[in-house]
Amino acid sequence: MTRALALLIVRSVVLAGPILLLEFGCRAGYVDPNSIIPPSDMIASMVEHIGSGDLNESMVQTFSTIALAFGLSVAIGTLSGAVIHRIARLRDMVDPLLASYYSVPTFIFYPVLVALLGLGKAPLVVLGILSAMPAVIISTLSGLDSVPPVLLKLARIQRLGPALTLWWIILPSALPRLFSGFKLALSYSLIGVIAGEFILSGSGLGFAISFAYQSFDNRAMYGIMLFVLLTAVVANGVLYAWEGRLRRRRSKG
Amino acid sequence: MTVSMSVTEPHVELKGVVRRFDGPPAVHAVGPIDLTLARGEFVSVVGPSGCGKSTLLDMLCGVARPTSGSVRFEGSDLNGEVPPGIGVVFQEDSSMPWLSVRQNVEFGLRTSGLPSAEIKERVEHAVSFMGLAQFIDHFPAQLSGGMRQRVCIARTLVLRPRLILLDEPFGALDQQTRLLMGDELLRLWRETGATILLITHALDEAAMLSDRVGVMSARPGRFIDFVETGWPRDRDSRVVSDPNFGALTARLWSSLREESLKTMGRAS
Ligand SMILES: Nc1ncnc2c1ncn2[C@@H]1O[C@H](COP(=O)(O)OP(=O)(O)O)[C@@H](O)[C@H]1O
Ligand SMILES: [Mg+2]
Repeated sequence: MTRALALLIVRSVVLAGPILLLEFGCRAGYVDPNSIIPPSDMIASMVEHIGSGDLNESMVQTFSTIALAFGLSVAIGTLSGAVIHRIARLRDMVDPLLASYYSVPTFIFYPVLVALLGLGKAPLVVLGILSAMPAVIISTLSGLDSVPPVLLKLARIQRLGPALTLWWIILPSALPRLFSGFKLALSYSLIGVIAGEFILSGSGLGFAISFAYQSFDNRAMYGIMLFVLLTAVVANGVLYAWEGRLRRRRSKG
Repeated sequence: MTVSMSVTEPHVELKGVVRRFDGPPAVHAVGPIDLTLARGEFVSVVGPSGCGKSTLLDMLCGVARPTSGSVRFEGSDLNGEVPPGIGVVFQEDSSMPWLSVRQNVEFGLRTSGLPSAEIKERVEHAVSFMGLAQFIDHFPAQLSGGMRQRVCIARTLVLRPRLILLDEPFGALDQQTRLLMGDELLRLWRETGATILLITHALDEAAMLSDRVGVMSARPGRFIDFVETGWPRDRDSRVVSDPNFGALTARLWSSLREESLKTMGRAS
């Protein structure tokens, strides 16, 4: 408990230090307000923009797109992972592709997606899936690899059918690795969607940031950026805490 | 005398059982093996490591199908199917890390359809039988390897199997605990009347516990010797001080020595 507390204090200091330093730098005039505004102003701007309601539409737009991309990535990714795992030939073919996938900057295909799918939600969802789904496939494969063969034998001894074997043995065995994949997928779909909005879209939080930037509205830009950052951290934090609870049980209790 | 009557009925029958793995490299793991276990008999199998003992066990319980030959349990052929009534404790740790000791042991009865009071009673009985009562709410990661193995034994016991197969279940235990667990196993065997096949690498364990010990050759594993121990049914670990015990262990070792040397030669 004391160790955890000490860690928390160290982390807070590490985080708060640079923020305070920036605050003083801005207030004392060492930092040009045209490049960076003081963190306290960022917070104030964030609160104003959320409170005023003029971001509501963008928020709904962006978060629903992320949710859709994330959900589809998890569903399709887990399923394709399971299929690839079953077919050894396919696995041999796909493994090197997956291993090198994240060296490809998928964003460069965005113009192609827009040309194909138009300027709506669709290209953004596809971009989100392109970023997130391979992570889910990779973690599904490693999760299924991690199911101990002896537990599959046990399932047969206990005469469990395929559905119960999946539900009682395979899923719980693979869950820790699946979960890491889902966590990554959430981050990747968020990055994919917001970056897509930023580059080539007429709505959403990414667009709002880019719009503020182009109209030299630093205050708005930093306020919305902070909001996006906080949302990402909170969403990941929730999954992280959940995962921690899962793991703790299996390691020491 | 009552024993000899029940010992005549064949419970498990293996005829010409062979198992090959296609590989690469192709391995002729076991056989041909003929083996009959009488109902209520306690048989141990010893053999050099890698001779196919675990492979034999997989075929006995129906998890694996013999390449050729047949396995009959209670009068019907296993065709790569696992029949009810067989409990197996595998060589590898098969406790489920996401379940507590209680849940692990309950797992065996999840599909049993028994009333929950009955399940609770059986689980708690099996858990205390294996000396894990204080650990019933612990998770496997909090237990030693030997304790996890006992969890797996308890999970098998709650099923009240008529045939119990154990693959080196005491491998992770120290010698004293092994002797005591052996006594528990004998008590269990007497109380349930189950047929037991125990695979072990410890000759003294085999000599002490069994009615009969089968000695397997180096791979491909075949039975090269069967040794009747002649112990009474209500024996316990104190038979180690019986003058016959030394002779039995010696005979097992003389059968096994050459085979073990072959395995060593193959390994080097
Ligand atoms: N799934 C498998 N595929 C190929 N070879 C196997 C497989 N399982 C076991 N073997 C081989 O069969 C032989 C017997 O293995 P095993 O039954 O585990 O031996 P034991 O339990 O007596 O130590 C070993 O040589 C092992 O390498
Ligand atoms: Mg073995």
